[in-house]
Amino acid sequence: MSTSLVLEQLLNGVQFGVMLFLMAAGLTLIFGVMGLINLAHGSLYMIGALVCATVAAWTGSFWLGLAASLVGTAAAGALIEVAVIRRLYGRDHLDQVLATFALILILSEGARWLFGSFALYLDIPPVLSGSVELPGGVHYPLYRLAIIAAGLLVAVGLYLLISRTRLGMRIRAGESDREMIGALGVDIQMLYTIVFALGAALAGMAGAMVGALQSVQVGMGEPVLILAFVVIVIGGIGSVRGALVGALLVGIIDTMGRILLPQMLAAVIGPAKAAGIGAAIASMSIYVVMALVLALKPKGLFPAGT
Amino acid sequence: MTRENVVSIVLLCGLLILPFVAQAAGYPFYMTLATRMAILAVAAVGLNIALGLGGLVSFGHAAFFGIGGYAAGVIASHAMNGEHLLGFAVPASMPVAWLIGMLAAGLVAIVTGLISLRTSGVYFIMITLAFAQMIYYFAISWPAYGGEDGLSIAMRNSFPGANTARPSDLFLVSFAILLVVLLFFWRLRDSRFGAALQAARQNEGRVAAVGIEPFPIRLVAFVLSAMITAVAGAMYAELNRFVSPSMLSWTMSGELIVLIILGGVGRVVGPVAGAFVFVVLEYWLGGLTERWQFFLGLMLLAIVLFSPGGLMGLLAGKARHD
Amino acid sequence: MRKILAAGLVTLSLTALATAEPVKVGLITTLSGGGAGLGVDVRDGFMLALKLNPDGAKDITVVAEDDAMKPELAVQIADKMIQSEQVDVLTGIIWSNLAMAVVPNAVAQDKFYLSPNAGPSPLAGDKCNANYFNVAYQNDNFHEAAGQYAQQSGLKKVFIMAPNYPAGTDSLNGFKRYYKGELAGEVYTKLGQTDYAAEIAQIRASGADSVFFFLPGGMGIAFVKQYAQSGVGTPLIGPGFSFDQDVLAAIGDPALGAKNTASWSPDLDNPANKAFVDEFKKAYNRLPSVYAAQAYDTANLLISASTKASVKDAEAFRAALKAAEFNSVRGKFKFNTNNHPIQDLYVREVVKDGDTLTNKIIATAFTDHGDAYAEKCAMK
Repeated sequence: MSTSLVLEQLLNGVQFGVMLFLMAAGLTLIFGVMGLINLAHGSLYMIGALVCATVAAWTGSFWLGLAASLVGTAAAGALIEVAVIRRLYGRDHLDQVLATFALILILSEGARWLFGSFALYLDIPPVLSGSVELPGGVHYPLYRLAIIAAGLLVAVGLYLLISRTRLGMRIRAGESDREMIGALGVDIQMLYTIVFALGAALAGMAGAMVGALQSVQVGMGEPVLILAFVVIVIGGIGSVRGALVGALLVGIIDTMGRILLPQMLAAVIGPAKAAGIGAAIASMSIYVVMALVLALKPKGLFPAGT
Repeated sequence: MTRENVVSIVLLCGLLILPFVAQAAGYPFYMTLATRMAILAVAAVGLNIALGLGGLVSFGHAAFFGIGGYAAGVIASHAMNGEHLLGFAVPASMPVAWLIGMLAAGLVAIVTGLISLRTSGVYFIMITLAFAQMIYYFAISWPAYGGEDGLSIAMRNSFPGANTARPSDLFLVSFAILLVVLLFFWRLRDSRFGAALQAARQNEGRVAAVGIEPFPIRLVAFVLSAMITAVAGAMYAELNRFVSPSMLSWTMSGELIVLIILGGVGRVVGPVAGAFVFVVLEYWLGGLTERWQFFLGLMLLAIVLFSPGGLMGLLAGKARHD
Repeated sequence: MRKILAAGLVTLSLTALATAEPVKVGLITTLSGGGAGLGVDVRDGFMLALKLNPDGAKDITVVAEDDAMKPELAVQIADKMIQSEQVDVLTGIIWSNLAMAVVPNAVAQDKFYLSPNAGPSPLAGDKCNANYFNVAYQNDNFHEAAGQYAQQSGLKKVFIMAPNYPAGTDSLNGFKRYYKGELAGEVYTKLGQTDYAAEIAQIRASGADSVFFFLPGGMGIAFVKQYAQSGVGTPLIGPGFSFDQDVLAAIGDPALGAKNTASWSPDLDNPANKAFVDEFKKAYNRLPSVYAAQAYDTANLLISASTKASVKDAEAFRAALKAAEFNSVRGKFKFNTNNHPIQDLYVREVVKDGDTLTNKIIATAFTDHGDAYAEKCAMK
């Protein structure tokens, strides 16, 4: 394998990692602030993609679709928070699991009701089509570079939001001591609704952006949900920085594993068997990494509060 | 007698008698449905040892369920083809399948438990999921026993004194297992071991202070829990006459947790109530509309929001151990 | 309320002919979740055939239910249909793993199973059964046709790719059975994978002259979109599933020009097919997929058999099915010794008809093609 190909694959790993970070950011934020396990996060991701595809098909503009999916998922998130999630904060994690599992069923079938059984069409915006030449002679699709940029922007944005704004101060206060900030006169219900809507909008944005590269259909959220959980658990639940590092780690290991394992095995057992066995091991690799990380650091790489 | 005991006895008697009444009235399918309930209840009772008593929310019990299923499937298929398993001529018998399933699941539980139990809370949920996913992807791509296509069981394994091809016999075997497992759970909960396990869930620091190490207790509970769920998995494969990686999938783990929460966490017959309601809803709504999952979701949501202690909380009041 | 999609009245009159015995059909298919599009097409194609032939279908009742793509649920529904609804014939399943769960049990209880899709190799080979009729294809067929096409058109260096599960390995093996040239690469992906940047980079670096891939459902949509965006121009070949009507709209223009292989195409020139495509468009306002076509044929096969023999007379009914005397939308159709089709397989190209993407036949890969497992089947 040539150096430029290795570089390109590394870039692919980074890009996949950033994609995972977009999905994981909202999940880890919601867990960090409210202590809520939200299995329905994947459904919000799906809604974001479906709304974006539908609006883009009506208006012919991806950007309007993206805007609509941000607004739509934020609204859906706020609605879900007020109607259901709000009743779960004081409850056991188990009740949260059951309730948000029920939400998955409702949202998936509801979405199929509204958007139909077939996958929808969603293409990347024309401005971002085509590829650019990077140093080292690698041609890389512009849209994927845009995803990397968007992911980094979200990371910086969240960092600034949490560390520099009044809302962020309340979020941090809420993370460390829930009763305290109520006593300070902060409308905690409102704060939680805002944070949940923000997390939902992040999921929706990820769905819309990644949806342009993938198949936009009912059921697209659940595989992503599992990956996003892997990412935030590796990084340390509640830590945005951890989510970013975890996502990059998972993205790079998954990508390089897929490429390198079959080739390495081929040298040992011959190419005929290596393709299948290598792929089998590669598909387990991120779970192996997760188990290893947790075996060594039971609270993830960046335990919350550090 | 407490209200919980009355409810428990009524539930179990209902589960035992109703399918025979239905069969006599010309609805033989309810026998199959009742068998499914009993088997899922066994799996959930197994999980309830870890989850209900120990507070160990395992999101990977489908792994043990599937291992049990594959034990039954592999034995049946080897016997069918007259092949030896690892050099032994293994008889196509259910107790043998249970034993092998329990051994295999127990071994996996020891290894994964040693690592997983170092974590807690959401980390424990996710690390158990990770181990189950590894086994799932292995099963999908490993061709020897069918991979994703699964493995059919042409003829069910035998059970002494029963004709396992007959639905009523299979039901009685499953129901008997359920009774044994419930009795075991009940005795375990009220034993010194059970007390220590529950104390470790409620206040880890205090348990450590009186000189009890929570780690080995939890490991034993986790392994016992895995072994019981494996027996249920073996019976589930016998019932369906089929085993496939979908028994190992994370949605299966999720469903087992749902059964327990539905019924009432830590309650002896909670899993029975949960399995009863879940199977009835799935069957009834599925026959009603193709949008059944939507309404199933609404009902589950209603139960969790308006009846926090699950069905047993609703029927029998607050649990004694909370 | 059972979802009874009755087609005509069930006549219980004692004066009815012996051949007009009522037939009860259980249709188990995927109507919820991500795979629902295929199941909806199977159900719609099946019901359309009954609707268009009210005379032939007047004694046929259909009960339809959703399997949610779960093998265990499919088994439970099959048991219910057999024990409670007393169905005579089962049909409808899309996926091989669900078929493997349901079919052996159903035929062991002397029910008939007609497959409108999915033909796993065991059921064509050593586990074949006289009551199991596959009206669609043996799983390897479309991939074999693609291999044959690659061989015939003189391709020298093909990159092949499929998910790492039995249908995926069967696919690549089927392709290699007829393609004898060099492989630029052989890659197995993770089932359910959504990002293919790494594989696309491998394809670009491999110097392949063509890419053969089998990625069903959302995986294929994702791959083709990302492939087009990457600018790698190497032509794509796939089995018909990768470029059929259910996914073409979602892939969009990047699919244009892709070659794919199937036993059917909307432009296949015969009167039965013309009528089917027109009526399907009229009834459901969309073009039919190959799944709908196969289900339509399945229903017509059932009608042809039920007008000739009573379903209660298993032997006669079996013979009537085996004769396959119905007007197939595939033109000619007959059963092999293992009750799997002997049929022509075509090479299609994705074209634009007005604003709609669809397929057009450009070549024939095989004439009267059977499958590689028939000789392992004990039926002669």
